[in-house]
Amino acid sequence: MNEETLQALGAKIAAALPGAVTGTEIQNGELVVRTTREGLLQTLTVLRDDAGCRFTQLVDITAVDWPSKPERFEVNYMLLSVSKNLRARVKVTTDEDTPVPSCVPLFPAAGWYERETWDMFGVFFAGHPDLRRILTDYGFEGHPLRKDFPLTGYVEVRYDDEQKRVVYEPVKLTQDFRAFDFMSPWEAMTDVQLPGDEKAVIPLGASLRDGSVKK
Amino acid sequence: MANPVESQIKPYTMNFGPQHPAAHGVLRLVLEMDGEIVERADPHIGLLHRGTEKLIEYKTYIQAMPYFDRLDYVSPMSEEHSFVLAAEKLLGITPPKRAQHIRVLFAELTRILNHLLNVTTFAMDVGALTPALWGFEERELLMEFYERVSGARMHANYFRVGGVHQDLPAGMLDDIEAYAAKFEKFVDDVEGLLTANRIFKQRLVDIGIVSGDEALAWGFTGPVLRASGIPWDLRKAQPYDTYAEYDFDVAVGKTGDCYARYLVRVEEMRQSNRIVQQAVAKLRQTPGAVKVDDRKIAPPPRGDMKRSMESLIHHFKLYTEGYHVPAGETYTATESPKGEFGVYLVSDGSNRPYRCKIRPTGIAHLQGVDFMSRGHMLADAVAIIGSIDVVFGEIDR
Repeated sequence: MNEETLQALGAKIAAALPGAVTGTEIQNGELVVRTTREGLLQTLTVLRDDAGCRFTQLVDITAVDWPSKPERFEVNYMLLSVSKNLRARVKVTTDEDTPVPSCVPLFPAAGWYERETWDMFGVFFAGHPDLRRILTDYGFEGHPLRKDFPLTGYVEVRYDDEQKRVVYEPVKLTQDFRAFDFMSPWEAMTDVQLPGDEKAVIPLGASLRDGSVKK
Repeated sequence: MANPVESQIKPYTMNFGPQHPAAHGVLRLVLEMDGEIVERADPHIGLLHRGTEKLIEYKTYIQAMPYFDRLDYVSPMSEEHSFVLAAEKLLGITPPKRAQHIRVLFAELTRILNHLLNVTTFAMDVGALTPALWGFEERELLMEFYERVSGARMHANYFRVGGVHQDLPAGMLDDIEAYAAKFEKFVDDVEGLLTANRIFKQRLVDIGIVSGDEALAWGFTGPVLRASGIPWDLRKAQPYDTYAEYDFDVAVGKTGDCYARYLVRVEEMRQSNRIVQQAVAKLRQTPGAVKVDDRKIAPPPRGDMKRSMESLIHHFKLYTEGYHVPAGETYTATESPKGEFGVYLVSDGSNRPYRCKIRPTGIAHLQGVDFMSRGHMLADAVAIIGSIDVVFGEIDR
């Protein structure tokens, strides 16, 4: 799909939904539509029903956790239009406490996708008919795909021969968890400050080798 | 005292699985039954959840590859395909032609591998044992091809960002060609046992009917969508690698029932065989490299490392630090044997994926089991689960 077509479509969507759509862009040749929580259902409805879009299939819902942002979760809706052979991604942001409206009434497929996003990230979907955990264990606590959830988790299980049942215990690591940082000072790190880098910065006003003064 | 005529009869709740041979792995299905009629099916998944997406966030792009084999362990290389295409898109590289043909060749061999298992075990679920015995023998031949290119029968880890790990060994194309020449006969034999078989048809025809609109609304993809009469195939609609150069037909069903899904898969095996034969011919005419010529992404040949210091450094850097992928995000999907297998890859510019969401094919289909099996008998629920081709490695991740 060429970029001009997508750009034109993005502009059309933004024009059709003033207020609801906060921006459209093309990322790596894919159409991205940014919207607000209030405008989400309206946006999805238009994308599904408009004759120029026909995004009738909701392929997936997922979230990305950016803990440093004010609204840390970015919820993504992957849409596919079978009749127009197009893809689009709708983005909406939220935090731990603010619910996102559920789109199950629009796309029945959203049921499990939203359950999974709730389970993995703790993004709450208001109006979901059956928002249970889906992938984690019965009685699991926490949301594992959040960036502040440790890779090793908090509990481990083993079969206890005396109690004749599986017991849950806090995780015991025989070796400390090691997260290797392979960052190299030689390449691809243009915006990273390593210890000692500050010494290389030439102070303003210093006289340089060619006789000029650093501005 | 309650009037016995007015009192509600609570539906009988039955637990199906997780250790049931027809549950195709670790599916736990809580069924509410009215006698032998299914009133509601509530699949409990996640018993095989290994946290693949979380683990990938802590691995370099090269180290993330093997996890994809272990998602859908029935069609390993198709899963790798989505990931390498996504990473290549972010890196902005295109592998050489020969590597693309090899990937198409193995993606199609994988499709045959997957459908052989599904069609034959599906038949076993509804009472036919022979196809399964035959099918496993055929699959073993395909796994030998896997082993010859990658060293592993199942978890190949063969595709790489920027190509494939190594070129095909000598004589391999001849063997694949010989296999493909005989394969059509094998499909005929299996069809002879099943397609017109009275018992097989009684178990499948008009069971679990899904209309085209329902299939789209519930997010169905792949053979399940095509069996409902929607001619949608990513290999044709959004071709990746060299699929645009291949001549093949998309099998579309008419009725949307379990029988149509079986027929679509059988026809797809024949079409995949056609692609395999074309790929062999194309590979014979396409010599050359199988990896991009960029030492920051593809490792140097082993021979060079013995003589060239620079090659040694490149190798060391590549297998410790890996490569840095420019910041950005992409959703890239391929037509895996089961349907649309997508990877939503978010990079923050470092050498590890910031987020790698895997879009499994089976989760949408399994979600549909509830509406598909309502009003059917318990034994039909088994047929429906068999027909949607679920593998829990990818559903649970």
